Amino acid sequence: MFENLSEKLQRAFKNLRGQGTVTEENIQEALREIRVALLEADVNLNVAKELIEHIREKALGQEVMTSLSPTEQVIKIVRDELVALLGKDTARFQFASRPPTVILMAGLQGSGKTTTSGKLAAWLQKGGHRPMLVSVDVYRPAAREQLKVVANSIKAKLYEGDTKGEPAGTPLVERLAKEARREAVITGCDTLIVDTAGRLHVDSDLMDEMTRLKALLNPQEILFVADAMTGQDAVRSAEEFHKQLALTGTVLTKMDGDARGGAALSIRHVTGQPVKFIGTGEKPDAFEPFHPDRIVSRILGMGDIMSLIEKAESTLDKKKSEEFARKALSGDGFSLEDFRDQLRQIRKMGSLQSIMKMLPSVGPFSGMQQMADQVDEKQFNRVEAIINSMTPYERNHHEVISGSRRRRIANGSGTTVQEVNQLLRQYAQMRKMFKGIGKGNVLQRRAMGMMSGMRGSGR
Amino acid sequence: MIQTLFGSLDQPQEKGFFDRMKQAVTRTRDSLSERIDSVVAMTRGVDEAALEELEMSLIASDLGVHVSAEVTEQLRERARREQIRDGAELRELLKSSLKKILDDQEKPPKTVAAPPEVILMVGVNGTGKTTTTGKLAAYYRRQGKTVLLCAADTFRAAAIEQLEVWGERTGVEIIKTRQGGDPSAVLFDALEAAKARKIDVLIVDTAGRLHTKTGLMAELDKMRRTTQRLIPDAPHEVLLVLDATTGQNGLQQARLFTESAGVTGIVLTKLDGTAKGGIAIAIARELGVPVRFAGIGEKVDDLLPFDSGAFVEALLGEPAASRS
Ligand SMILES: Nc1nc2c(ncn2[C@@H]2O[C@H](COP(=O)(O)OP(=O)(O)OP(=O)(O)O)[C@@H](O)[C@H]2O)c(=O)[nH]1
Ligand SMILES: Nc1nc2c(ncn2[C@@H]2O[C@H](COP(=O)(O)OP(=O)(O)OP(=O)(O)O)[C@@H](O)[C@H]2O)c(=O)[nH]1
Ligand SMILES: [Mg+2]
Ligand SMILES: [Mg+2]
Repeated sequence: MFENLSEKLQRAFKNLRGQGTVTEENIQEALREIRVALLEADVNLNVAKELIEHIREKALGQEVMTSLSPTEQVIKIVRDELVALLGKDTARFQFASRPPTVILMAGLQGSGKTTTSGKLAAWLQKGGHRPMLVSVDVYRPAAREQLKVVANSIKAKLYEGDTKGEPAGTPLVERLAKEARREAVITGCDTLIVDTAGRLHVDSDLMDEMTRLKALLNPQEILFVADAMTGQDAVRSAEEFHKQLALTGTVLTKMDGDARGGAALSIRHVTGQPVKFIGTGEKPDAFEPFHPDRIVSRILGMGDIMSLIEKAESTLDKKKSEEFARKALSGDGFSLEDFRDQLRQIRKMGSLQSIMKMLPSVGPFSGMQQMADQVDEKQFNRVEAIINSMTPYERNHHEVISGSRRRRIANGSGTTVQEVNQLLRQYAQMRKMFKGIGKGNVLQRRAMGMMSGMRGSGR
Repeated sequence: MIQTLFGSLDQPQEKGFFDRMKQAVTRTRDSLSERIDSVVAMTRGVDEAALEELEMSLIASDLGVHVSAEVTEQLRERARREQIRDGAELRELLKSSLKKILDDQEKPPKTVAAPPEVILMVGVNGTGKTTTTGKLAAYYRRQGKTVLLCAADTFRAAAIEQLEVWGERTGVEIIKTRQGGDPSAVLFDALEAAKARKIDVLIVDTAGRLHTKTGLMAELDKMRRTTQRLIPDAPHEVLLVLDATTGQNGLQQARLFTESAGVTGIVLTKLDGTAKGGIAIAIARELGVPVRFAGIGEKVDDLLPFDSGAFVEALLGEPAASRS
């Protein structure tokens, strides 16, 4: 459903190829496409508008770069603009001159505060710190129990406190916070992470509670924990939290999904504070410093090659993959057996949709992202079933698979002859395509070069 | 009308969906209606610029580029055909087309051959599954039905304890296992128990999971099959719990949860915030999944059966004239 931005821009600039200039008239269409791409990624409408204005000015004022096509020029401007908005590497932490450093977690309900508190503690422990955790969420059922379980799992210190039957409310919250700080001092913990109850930015009582906690604890960091799947409303909540608390940064959670994460731009824009970390899973170690350049690719739907490579490296059998690539690119081509192996390996990485979305849309992968939305995961089960129903000889010599063999394979795999035909046809196409890459066409080689280049610089 | 639909017998004075929604909405003035008003004020008639601005406003409500364009196109057509002159008419027209998108998907829930009715709660992390499970328990209890809860989130820290509190609050028993246990196994036990005790409604709370995790989605599929094995026409409802703040990713969530878990309806939670859940319209339009309930707070009775008219009204905000 989502057409990739660079494809759209290519279309917008179709008639300009070779001219290499960006003019007021021809940029109009391109800017429209950029706006749509930003909106589809959940970048706030007003933020998108402002960005577009900047991009327009930059694009028009720019020197003609003959080495780049108009599309490439505009994309470069867009990327630079977004990266500039998000800021440089941002996982800097402020520590108090006199410990403990207090970190206050804030955010809407269910955004990931408690989980992130644990992740932060684990991260600090790894860095040689002695964090203490405390939950002042006296409202949600089992919220304090949840943090306790998390703290135990990472062997972090927790101030449990005792509600002593006191009713849930701000006085109790303040008491627990105060006690925890004292406990941190006594036990020599250098950081105190305060997990708070989720609250709506329009809930004045609970927002007041937050302000009081801030006054009481004088925290060095007030982190806004926000869900990467948030839509247009992200600006409202972030703005209000910031207005009342003066946030020092954001943690964007649930980035392990396929949300484009445009909320990062919106939140950064209205708070002026950096996104410091991202959450990439439910476990305590699924936590990373934030890299603006990576999320920019993701927001623009231009693939997140770095994440893909990292994911691939951690799950794929490297030897097997290289062997596959060598065969695929060489004169012999790959067999159906190789194909099945590869399919199995790739599926270990997650849903094909999420993988395909990480691919860039240039060179050999063009069109893949677009296909991602049409991918039917179950189809891959059928593909595997079909290949499983072939004899080893057939898998390695696809040309022998005659009409009667196709019927047998269809029967054996519970599919139809049409489906078997289709698979064989697609297989033939892919073989050809890969061999084409092996021979090398300039654009494709460049794309591959770019990928390996990025890989080098990312380490 | 809404009052009769939502005012329950034992709580006659309780406000209906419409009032409560309105209350939540008026907290924010910067609603879609302001945009509509400004569009209208700007216009000499209903012109192109106005419609384009309107299209952007729909996008700002999370309806998505695609559906917003479609709705605007329809509006353009009708405005021309029906010779719409002013903003009030345009707004009514918009309201009816959004409402229609939702109403077209309304279908009665599956009939229950014999109790228990089994309801599976699914969704991505932190949307409100456990809370809604508790609220639903209260909802069915209020109707005089017997309810049993199943704590099938065996993964997240203290998820079981959280549901236990809801069980106590609503006076409903819960079937559970230890953390780390097999969710299908505890589901099996709950199904057996519900059958044996002739329970009316069994509500199953599952762990949050991102729709991109194939392994976890397969687990849901397995749970559905376990249910089917014990009760052939179950699960009767598979409710996707969707956070109203969700942006365009909601479509993908709905698509993949429907594939793996066979979603039959949506619960739109956190509508008491400033987000109005426009993505539900995109989901209804593109995937045909109806909305069944609306969550409007963290308390036990903060759940209401969905009303498309009130929802659209809240989404569009009140017209300027009726605001103080
Ligand atoms: N996949 C994924 N899940 C996450 C991530 N961060 C948190 N979660 C999950 O999101 C859900 C909510 O997380 P919590 O930490 O309980 O959120 P919270 O903000 O403390 O919630 P409240 O206290 O109820 O407001 C849980 O299921 C977490 O496991 C993440 O980065 N990725
Ligand atoms: N304001 C508001 N908060 C809600 C609503 N529904 C749920 N919540 C809150 O959202 C947070 C997450 O709710 P849970 O019920 O724990 O969500 P969940 O989907 O079970 O989360 P996981 O099991 O971790 O995936 C809690 O703080 C709830 O109190 C609602 O309608 N309005
Ligand atoms: Mg919490
Ligand atoms: Mg839960």
